[in-house]
Amino acid sequence: MNGRRWNGGGWNIAGLVLVGVIGLGATIGLPMWLELASLLDITVYLILAILALSLALVWGYGGILCFGQSAFFGLGAYAYAIAMFNIGESTIPFILSIVLPAVFAALLGYFMFYGRISDVYLGVITLTVTLILFNSVNSTAGPEYHIGEARLGGFNGIPSIPPLNWPGFSGSPLDLNDLFYVSIVLLLAVYFGLRWLLVSRFGRVMVAIRENEKRAGFLGYDARLYKLATFTLGGALAGLAGCLFANWGAFVSPTIFGLGQSAQIIIWVIVGGRGTLIGPVVGCIAIQWLTAWLGTAQFTKASLAHVVGPGIADALSSVLGFADLSNTNLVLGAILLAFVLLVPKGVVPTLLDLARAVVNRRRPADDLVSDKAEGTT
Amino acid sequence: MDLVLVLVIQVLFAMASLALISVGLAVIFGMMRVINLAHGEFLMLGGYSAIFATQHGINLWISMLVVAPVVVGAIGVLVERTLIRFLYGRMIDTMLATWGLSLFLIGLITGIFGNTTVGISAPLGGMAIGNYRTSIYSLVVIAITVVLLVAMYLVLRYTRLGLFARGTMQNPDMAAALGLSPPRVYAVTFGIGAALSGLAGALIAPISGVFPTIGIAYIAKAFITVIGGGAAILSGTVTASALFGAIQEVGTYFTTPVFGVVITLAAAIVLIRLLPQGITGRFLKRWL
Repeated sequence: MNGRRWNGGGWNIAGLVLVGVIGLGATIGLPMWLELASLLDITVYLILAILALSLALVWGYGGILCFGQSAFFGLGAYAYAIAMFNIGESTIPFILSIVLPAVFAALLGYFMFYGRISDVYLGVITLTVTLILFNSVNSTAGPEYHIGEARLGGFNGIPSIPPLNWPGFSGSPLDLNDLFYVSIVLLLAVYFGLRWLLVSRFGRVMVAIRENEKRAGFLGYDARLYKLATFTLGGALAGLAGCLFANWGAFVSPTIFGLGQSAQIIIWVIVGGRGTLIGPVVGCIAIQWLTAWLGTAQFTKASLAHVVGPGIADALSSVLGFADLSNTNLVLGAILLAFVLLVPKGVVPTLLDLARAVVNRRRPADDLVSDKAEGTT
Repeated sequence: MDLVLVLVIQVLFAMASLALISVGLAVIFGMMRVINLAHGEFLMLGGYSAIFATQHGINLWISMLVVAPVVVGAIGVLVERTLIRFLYGRMIDTMLATWGLSLFLIGLITGIFGNTTVGISAPLGGMAIGNYRTSIYSLVVIAITVVLLVAMYLVLRYTRLGLFARGTMQNPDMAAALGLSPPRVYAVTFGIGAALSGLAGALIAPISGVFPTIGIAYIAKAFITVIGGGAAILSGTVTASALFGAIQEVGTYFTTPVFGVVITLAAAIVLIRLLPQGITGRFLKRWL
């Protein structure tokens, strides 16, 4: 307002520029600095970050607690794999992997939102749907379960999925470098697309509904329709991530639908922060990196002794009988608990609040205004 | 005729085991409006307590009927004091925190006991019905479930403790004004719910074995039973487990066990859509 104030708008533009610069730098820089193996690791983080953004939209801005975002992720991956075996050229499978989860999300969303099912039951229903998909796909191991040329494979999953190719050129598949570029460009496109969506009329109504559904309804907005649209878009984005994920490993298995996968997506968003877009991306990359590190670093008794001293390590391992502490569930569970209890807003909003408090320290009178101007990040 | 009898026992067993695995969750949800996503892990802990106690020389029935509920009940009180009580009134945060607890417990138990299935053989052997055989243990599970539900009804209906529980459930503020302490009632309730889950987990252990992620197999079934049943703890659990147990067994009979479960879950989603308040939200409103 008075030009010197570092208000919501300033933060927004600064944030956008920062993300743009980092994104551009990573797109150009990473393939030059990193070996192919590391680039491949980064690629899966980027793909999962798209998945994180899909829930950031649905939960963080739409206020719809979806415990089954992995259902759409898995559907996208399976749709791509099955269509690819049947068609062989990737344009239609790519589109299907987005459209099919979106349609499924739309049907499920219609069922839930127009049935006026409350928040909590919505969580349980989406969780149940995920388990239905997991159980069904898991039990399709026999050769009699196939869709066209593609065998579903049950708990064994579908191996050797053909990679994406440039649209129309079935003879030129994407190599791993290309997949990195495609993933990072799509991630940036999704990020900036959502930023645009959130400042559009649609996005503002969506956030208004999250804040107070009744009031938005009295102002004439059909909350059900807006929620349905948000949920469908979230499904489409998760499907896109699923398609890329199936490309990344050339493999899908039913665990992609599992509860563990759903829990991870929720944890990314909680850790990063609801109501931001960059938060879940950061949360996703940080948690994935941590998980990968826990998988390789062996926390044996010896390494524990290194940290807490041999006496305590002996006592701990004899009491608990632990041979190995590198246990993903244990760590993820503890992280989720700690964040819900201690940092419920998530890392990014908490840091932003701190930064705002420091910058605006000398102008306490503006605090009321700047709180209201809190924008999208 | 023999086949019919065997099928009837199977259907009854499906209903009883649904009621058994759900009733602890129903107590916690019905009384406190807390959705405990770590419910499956309470079942799992019950199973491990029973097996651990049996392996250390305690009689199987005492392990199942006494040790498991006591251990898991104590864990439940601990969880309520250290975790749940900070989150009353924040349903979604409670769900998330208990989900974190669920992952944490899976990880902890995997670390201690390893990612393998441990089991105890079902006691009492089998019994011939004409040309078919059925296990006596499943009849015992049905009987225990019936006794448990009747006992719960009597406690809730006729004892002082039951009166306190129902009063706090209906109107916590009024109960507090009359000198009750809702936090204490909640702590006790959560402990009792956890103890019931521990008992259920122990009774199921001889049938399915126990492994760290076994909770996931039960959690969806328990949730649909509780939410399908609605707010009334006992009549809701009984009606919903009768309905879903029957659907599951009929579905299993005509397809496979896996698709039997899938059909049940799908039916539950339709039911929740039709009756968002559960069966007892529409019918049997005045029942417990």
